[in-house]
Order: sequence, then C-alpha cells, then structure tokens
Amino acid sequence: MIADTREVLVEVKNLRVEFKGKGKKPFVAVKNVTFDIYKGETFGLVGETGSGKTTIGRAIIRINPVAEGEIRFKGQRISGIIPKELDREVTRKIQMIFQDPMASLNERAKVDYIVSEGLYNTRNYKDEKDRQAKVEKALLEVGLLPEFASRFPHEFSGGQRQRIGIARALIMEPEFIICDEPISSLDVSIRAQVLNLMSSLQKEKSLTYMFISHDLSVVRFIADRIAVIHKGEIVELAETEELFRNPLHPYTRALLSAIPVPDPRVEREKKVLVYDPRVHDYSVHKPKWTEIRPGHFVLGNEAELSQYEKLLAS
Amino acid sequence: MSEPILSARDVVVKFSLRGQILTAIRGASLDLYEGKTLAIVGESGSGKSVFTKTFLGMLDANGWVDSGSIMFEGMDLAKLKTEREWLKIRGKKIAMIFQDPMTALNPLRTVGMQIQEVLELHQGLKGEEAKARTIEILGQVGISDPAMRYHQYPHEFSGGMRQRVVIAIAVACNPRILICDEPTTALDVTIQAQILELIRGLQKKLGLTIIYITHDLGVVANVADDVAVMYAGDIIEYGTAEEIFYNAQHPYTWALLSSLPQLGIKGQPLYSIRGTPPNLFNEIKGDAFAPRNPRALKIDFVKRPPYFQVSPTHYARTWLLDPRAPKVEPPATIKAMRAKYARDAI
Repeated sequence: MIADTREVLVEVKNLRVEFKGKGKKPFVAVKNVTFDIYKGETFGLVGETGSGKTTIGRAIIRINPVAEGEIRFKGQRISGIIPKELDREVTRKIQMIFQDPMASLNERAKVDYIVSEGLYNTRNYKDEKDRQAKVEKALLEVGLLPEFASRFPHEFSGGQRQRIGIARALIMEPEFIICDEPISSLDVSIRAQVLNLMSSLQKEKSLTYMFISHDLSVVRFIADRIAVIHKGEIVELAETEELFRNPLHPYTRALLSAIPVPDPRVEREKKVLVYDPRVHDYSVHKPKWTEIRPGHFVLGNEAELSQYEKLLAS
Repeated sequence: MSEPILSARDVVVKFSLRGQILTAIRGASLDLYEGKTLAIVGESGSGKSVFTKTFLGMLDANGWVDSGSIMFEGMDLAKLKTEREWLKIRGKKIAMIFQDPMTALNPLRTVGMQIQEVLELHQGLKGEEAKARTIEILGQVGISDPAMRYHQYPHEFSGGMRQRVVIAIAVACNPRILICDEPTTALDVTIQAQILELIRGLQKKLGLTIIYITHDLGVVANVADDVAVMYAGDIIEYGTAEEIFYNAQHPYTWALLSSLPQLGIKGQPLYSIRGTPPNLFNEIKGDAFAPRNPRALKIDFVKRPPYFQVSPTHYARTWLLDPRAPKVEPPATIKAMRAKYARDAI
C-alpha cells in the first residue's frame, strides 16, 4: 500500500460542526467526517450547494468551531482551545483562496495592503523593506508585475484578481492551502491559466492543497484523491481514477452521470441517474465508514457493502 | 434548409460610457431555424448576452443598435423604437430566461401571481380562468402540487424550483423563441441536468426555437443543434454541434476547446490562452484574436477576415481557410480529439 509510506499532513477525525439558532435545535452542517490529507497531494472535496464542503474547510482553518471530533495538523491538535503560539502558526501555515475574486478583495485597499495584510497581522517581516520585497516576490510568483502593488482591485480582470488572492496566500509561506472553488467564477480560458499556475506553484513549493469544488470535471483534472460529500457526510473517498472507474455509492454515481461532457455524441446518448436517499434502509443496520479496497472508502451498511463488493468484483 | 425564423444581419451595437463609445457587437450575423436549438458560446464580455438582448429590445438605456437588421416575422426588430411596439414581441413572441433565479423573481409576490400577470397582460385571461391556466403551467414545468405552490412565495422554493418558475413565466404565452441566458450556471450539476431535460421536453411539446447563451461547453454538447462561437463582439465560427466540436477551424475555437480540463492530461499543464480579450473601446484591426494567437498570420493584424464556408452549415472567420494561407496545424489536443472522434465514429 502506498498510502502508508506517505506523511499525513492533516487529519480530520469524526468531525461534527453545528450552527446554533436562537433556542432552536442546532443545525448539523457536517457529521462523522473522517479523512487524512497527505503531504504534497491535492485532495478534492466535491459536493453540491449546502453539502458542508466549505464548512469543513472553514473548520480546518479555525473559523467555524468544531462541535465534536478533532482536527490535527502535523500531528498537533488544532481544533478547540489551543495555545496562542500554535494558533498563530496555524494562521501562517494554513491559507485559504476564495471563490469570488470580485468579493474577496477589499475594494478600498491597494494591492500592496491586500497582499501584505497577513504579514501585518502576524508581524512576519523584519522591516518595511523586507515587507516590500516579500510583496514583490509574491506578485511575481503569481505572474503579476510588482508595479501592480499600487493599484486597486477594480483595475484588474477576474483572472488577475484571483492571482492577487493567490499571492495573498503565498506571502505567508504556507504549507497547506484550502482552495474554495478558486476557479468557479472565472472564464474557461482564464481557468486554465489559474489551474496551471496552481499546479506549478505546488511543484515549486511542495504545497498541499485541499480543493473544494462542485465541478467534478475540474477536480478530476487537478486532484489526486477525491472525497464526495452529501448533506454533511462524506459518502465516498478514493483515488481520482479509482473513483471515476468504480463509483460505488449511489450518490457518487448520480453525480458522475450528471457531469456535462464536451462531446455531443456522448452527451446525447448519456443517461442521467437520479439519487434518491430512500434507497438506503438504515432503520436496522446503521451505515459504517468502511475501507472496501485499499484507499477506497465508502459509507454503507452491511447489506450495501456486500453489494458494493460484488460490483467491484464484476 | 427551411426559411430562418429569425435572421440577424451585420448587427452593430454601441454603448456610450463616460463620454466614450464602446462597440459591443461588431457586425454579427445569425440565422435561427424553427424548432432548433442554437447555443451561443463565448467568454464574459464577448457580447453574447448583448447580442440576444437586441432581439428583445432590452439593451440598457445607454446602448443602441447602430446598424444592421434583425428580421422576424417580416418585421425589422432593429427599427422598433417604442416600448409599445416591443411589448408585442417581448414576452409574447420571444421570451427570455435569466441566469439567476434568485434575482429574477419578485420576492414580495406569490409565485402564482407572477405567472398569472403575464397571462393577463399578453393573453387577456382574467380571474379563475387565468388561475386555472397558471396552475396548469406550473404542473407543466414539473412542480408537484401546483395548486398549493400557487400561493407560495419565491423564498419557499429551492434554486432549481425557482428556475422552473422562471421557465413557467417565460413559456406562459407560448412564445416562438425562448432565449436562455446561462439558465443553469447558478445551479448544482444534478439540478442542472433536470432543468436541461425540462427545457428539452418543453421544446418538443410547444415547438419552441431555443437560443442558449452559455460558457459551459459541456452544456452546449448536451443541448445544441447548432453552435455560434463569439469573440470580442463577433461570431467567429458557426456550425452544427458536431462540426464545432469535432472539426473546429478558428484558432479561438481551438483554444477554447483545448483549455477544458476535461480534455487535459493529468500532470501536464492545460493549454491556456495568453493575455486577455481586447478592449472594445478601441477600434479593432484585423482578426480580434490575433494578438493572443501564437500562430497568427501577418494578414491577421491588418485585415479582418471574411467568412469562409467549410460546409453548407459551417463557416468561420479566419484567414487560415483562405486557399493562399499556409498550412497551420491545430494544437495537439485538437488533433487528438479529431482522431479520437474519428475512431469513435467507426
């Protein structure tokens, strides 16, 4: 098994995230979520609107409090109450890139400030000269010119803005970047530029990515492993090609069948499967998160698992 | 081929912005055939929405059709001026579905009233009769228990259901042409598949002619009979879906197809287009795509190419198709696609 030899960077165990309303029962956004992210890989997290994929990302970066379970980064627990130094280290080592580059940049601040805000907050620079050098380096790394530092976000196109968002994350010299739908709001041709930039940065700096997206075709291209999340629970997790070859959970199958393929002949022939949660009978036997094949996890009860076994064998 | 139902010729649309003139559409032509689905693809700012808005008289106040004609039912839509003239077309003969179902509906009025309003305005139905028809339409777009849903407000509907309501409003008057502007971009993939299926069903039942505006080539492959590719305010290639996907001729279409992650090879960089689209405030000389095209010919920078016919249904605006042009090989991804499709065809 290859998995054992790889270093685990992030561990998420039995994660549960709740949102409390006034006097109401708390809303459970994420439950029983368990996965590891290995160093240097791109981990894809795929799900529909409201499935809790962003919530997981925000829980890792300590924005959303964890109700149950724990999150470990390089072996240290980073969920719940942690020492101040560790908190600062997490802030530095884990960064996030957001979906909408139009909304995630401060309209009133210059690029110089936007990119160095993290440095200011963690006082992670020697002097003004050092800060400027760092900003310049970060901008060059994402393919922007250093003189852009004195401009405002509205002077840039969508793709350039997303590059600023990436520069802002890079300047902290992170090890782990959570990318929350980083290319969903970009045009097709600009998407390719940003995807290429992200892969080359990953190689150069041996970064680890968690790539959150609803678009399986993009995730297939960029991710090494994919977890599929439905209504706050991860239903299947496998290496990318394994997941596309042998999707087991009915929800995964439905999701895969719905991806539009840029090929008219294939597209006209295809049958879209519809996922109906009622196919699961969990009244007696509760579902368990099981490793059905090395590295291939699926959520199911005993009857379903034996059915999945048959599917894999055929 | 039959007579086109709508025929746009050399349409030029200009906007006046802060004292400057922007040419959003630079002489685009298009034929739309009855019962067919045409997809208009392009990046943001390529003018795909603006172009179709001229069919409905829905340009913003600072924009106007500068020249060209849009013939529909013996009328030139480009010549219509008053709102009263447009009301006979817009919503009645040509209807539109917008991208975001969250903002297209009025949150303060019940869903039923919003559909009924259209019926009362355009078809003169009143009271119980209008209500019965509204409930019938709600059922038609796949909303269960329409009689109860009639009294509900948009916030009580999910995104996919709201888009169904928007579609119901659009088809309430049995229009001849339905323009769908990115109808599924704001929706999840599984819901997207359902909405596309619904529109397809309605097309069959009501004999609609449909224009899809989208940047998602996967959706195009799913729905389109014909495809028009737009770049910088111009239609640079037009053909059947198969011709565009399997035998594209324009370098921009090549670039667009090659930059799709679906066609990329893992671990290798994706094909990406350098630079950004041209600024439409400036006059564009030659082929608008030339500055971003690494294999542009000299003439691309000087003279705007005419349309070259590839087949009776397929034409493209590129000098590469001129008999005098040197042979330029398409990028590897396109060649691989052509080969793969040729294999599949056997």
